[in-house]
Amino acid sequence: MAEPIIQFDHVTFQYDSQAEPTLQDVSLTITRGEKVLIVGPSGSGKSTLGNLINGLIPHAIPGKLTGKVTVCGQDVAASSVFDLSQHVGTVLQDPDSQFVGLTTAEDIAFALENDGTAVAAMHERVAAVAATLGIKGQLAQSPQDLSGGQKQRTAMAGVLIDNGQVLLFDEPLAALDPATGKSSIELIADLHHRLGVTVVIIEHRLEDVLTQPVDRVLVIDNGRLIADVTPAELLHGTLLPQIGVRSPLYLQALTAAGIDLAQVKGIESVTTVAAPNLAQRLAEWSAAEARPTKPAAGEPLLRVQGLRFGYDKQTQIFDGLDLTINRGDMVALVGRNGVGKTTLSQLLVGFEQPQAGTMTFAGTDLASLSIKERADRIGYIMQDPNQMISKNLIRDEVGLGLDLRGVAAAERDARVDEALRICGLYEFRHWPISALSFGQKKRVTIAAILVLRPEMLILDEPTAGQDWRHYTQMMRFLERLNRKHGMTIMLITHDMHLMLEYANRTVVLGDRGILLDAQPASVLSDTAVIKAASLAETSLYQLAKRFGLDPYRFTSQVIAHERRVTGDE
Amino acid sequence: MNNTLFGFAAGDTWLHRLSGATKLLAFIGISLIAMASYDTRFTAAIVVMSLVLFKMAHIHWRQIRLVVKLILVFSLLNLLTVYLFSPEYGVSLYGTRHLLAGSGYFTLTQEQLFYELNLALKYVVTVPLALLFLITTNPSEFAASLNKLHLSYKISYAVALSLRYIPDIQHVYHQISQSQQARGYELSKKAGPLHRLRGAAQVLMPLIFSSLDRIETISQAMELRRFGRDKHRSWYMDRPFGAADWAVIAGTGVIIAIGLSLFAVNGGRFFNPFR
Repeated sequence: MAEPIIQFDHVTFQYDSQAEPTLQDVSLTITRGEKVLIVGPSGSGKSTLGNLINGLIPHAIPGKLTGKVTVCGQDVAASSVFDLSQHVGTVLQDPDSQFVGLTTAEDIAFALENDGTAVAAMHERVAAVAATLGIKGQLAQSPQDLSGGQKQRTAMAGVLIDNGQVLLFDEPLAALDPATGKSSIELIADLHHRLGVTVVIIEHRLEDVLTQPVDRVLVIDNGRLIADVTPAELLHGTLLPQIGVRSPLYLQALTAAGIDLAQVKGIESVTTVAAPNLAQRLAEWSAAEARPTKPAAGEPLLRVQGLRFGYDKQTQIFDGLDLTINRGDMVALVGRNGVGKTTLSQLLVGFEQPQAGTMTFAGTDLASLSIKERADRIGYIMQDPNQMISKNLIRDEVGLGLDLRGVAAAERDARVDEALRICGLYEFRHWPISALSFGQKKRVTIAAILVLRPEMLILDEPTAGQDWRHYTQMMRFLERLNRKHGMTIMLITHDMHLMLEYANRTVVLGDRGILLDAQPASVLSDTAVIKAASLAETSLYQLAKRFGLDPYRFTSQVIAHERRVTGDE
Repeated sequence: MNNTLFGFAAGDTWLHRLSGATKLLAFIGISLIAMASYDTRFTAAIVVMSLVLFKMAHIHWRQIRLVVKLILVFSLLNLLTVYLFSPEYGVSLYGTRHLLAGSGYFTLTQEQLFYELNLALKYVVTVPLALLFLITTNPSEFAASLNKLHLSYKISYAVALSLRYIPDIQHVYHQISQSQQARGYELSKKAGPLHRLRGAAQVLMPLIFSSLDRIETISQAMELRRFGRDKHRSWYMDRPFGAADWAVIAGTGVIIAIGLSLFAVNGGRFFNPFR
């Protein structure tokens, strides 16, 4: 029964471009039919591990490999990406960037086309796989036009068509909104169950993956396999905070209430978690904690009235949108993919022009200002820093906006230094940008905007693709900007934790304008809004419900407690 | 995103339903014979035929406006240069001389005008055919049809993919250019050409880097699904040749035959009304 399907025997791998091995002496075995989660912080080597399973390493990505990887009886080093792909189906992080077919059907058929399968057989197989995944109605559409969940299903269909024995998912949650992420994890569980395949999931969002049963968790840190345990063993232990992976929120609540996790039963899920007198202890703790306070609202800074906009005549994105952002707000703008969150920011900074409506900023009509002039007041930071950076050196990049505005050299240097200090980049100021990490690059783009001294910042997904440690650093930094420097900040995000922890206000955007404008913790208590905006309930909410506590109050208290505990880092 | 130079526009006319390979063959065949022949009657007939086909394919003027204007400008320039370099070429070609105006080097003869008319028709004739092919053939069928003509499928697919990514790249370019404008680069018409050129160069670097990332991801994704393993592949969208396909190929053969027989009738590639 326990037949090994993936085996690593003392595997060490070093990329040609790196000075140190990314994986060091890793040995592990995954048996047929298992469902395994590989977890670890960014740069730990977990994606490298995945690429060794599908053969991209060493066949497409060069480096030095020692030890032996065996997948489905084949020595990976002696096999090829092509042959391994018959056994291992890989679903990459962002479905959008890997679609090749013009229609969904063609994309699903891609592997079969490359095998030279006869046309009639291909149509049959595509129809069957599409039916399994529930995307039969979308076959003629372009994959780019599908919803997030359908895209994920199309990507899965494209590898399921091979009938491989192993399904490998590389950060399947990264590009999805909370509700879609949740249903994707359910779909993976369903496929695992129905098809009896071996499933390997690489992900740092532990809590979301564990909403469905997992047989085993492999923990990678600094290129080493440091734990090979069941989910329960992992959650009972103290490993997670040490390596910078966030433990589930419901367990943080239990810890906050002074409950020893070692004595907790049914620890894998919020629906089963149990401890002696749990309900009573949570209730007592909540009663003793301070009530959540409502933050005071500042004076209005940005006022949007009757905004109308659509990219074409058929689809109206905004039809009379009203929104006021107050000075000192740290507001989270949330909503389903494609609802217009990014469009709204682009209207504010002048990248797009509204069809009707007014936007005033500190009393000035934004329509009278050019893109450049608006940038002096509202800074917009795109999701991908690589799309914003145009210089080689940090100082040049950060000072660019000032140079172009003809600011005198002395003042320019002073302002650049100030921005670099605020962003924690001062010691790197003479470095080339290419030597920085993703998170540091993001800070460079923020510094380059801060030198212009805007009164408000809009950030598109500021923490996307970053692990918990980097996420916390970035958010603490933004919070400091907000509190110490009085910067008004609007965050566009899918991340419910981020919204709960850092925003003082949440605006939920729906198809017909603003669905809800309230305090973050109360948004997640509104089931109708959650559904309409494709958000997901957090486990704190579920825990509160289960034990009859007020979800809003309980959520706020746990988050506040956790911030106090980790605040001194 | 409908501002590409030549984009496939979905439709359901008989031209859309033809196999891509048929259309490619017809396009190449008719273009070649039209380029070879200097028989005005023949090329004019083909121009008329392609305009009729345009109508049949439900192609609108706004889809092709930009390309047509560009080509008009270039062919006018070309005709002018031909005249400037050799104003009496038509005379030596047709062997007669009907002077209309001018003297010395710059003369205007009926022969020269007629020769340049033929040239103009040639420019005009191939463009509608090419547009017709591009607009009615969807990119994956385009790749399939190139492959059918024994071009390596890797190259065929690369061509089709790059056609498909043009709108995406335009979108990213737009984004980057706006964020650079926010930084202070003036890229609008207000700035001088040199300034705008320098600004555009600033957009290029981030564009290239983000495109390289995308290319790496997609090529890995394609390899993971065995693209490039075998010498041959099949195509999901492959259509078996229908009666219409055979009819079009036969029609193309007839047109080529007429063109060739006109060579014999005219005693060469040129139709000469002056003799």
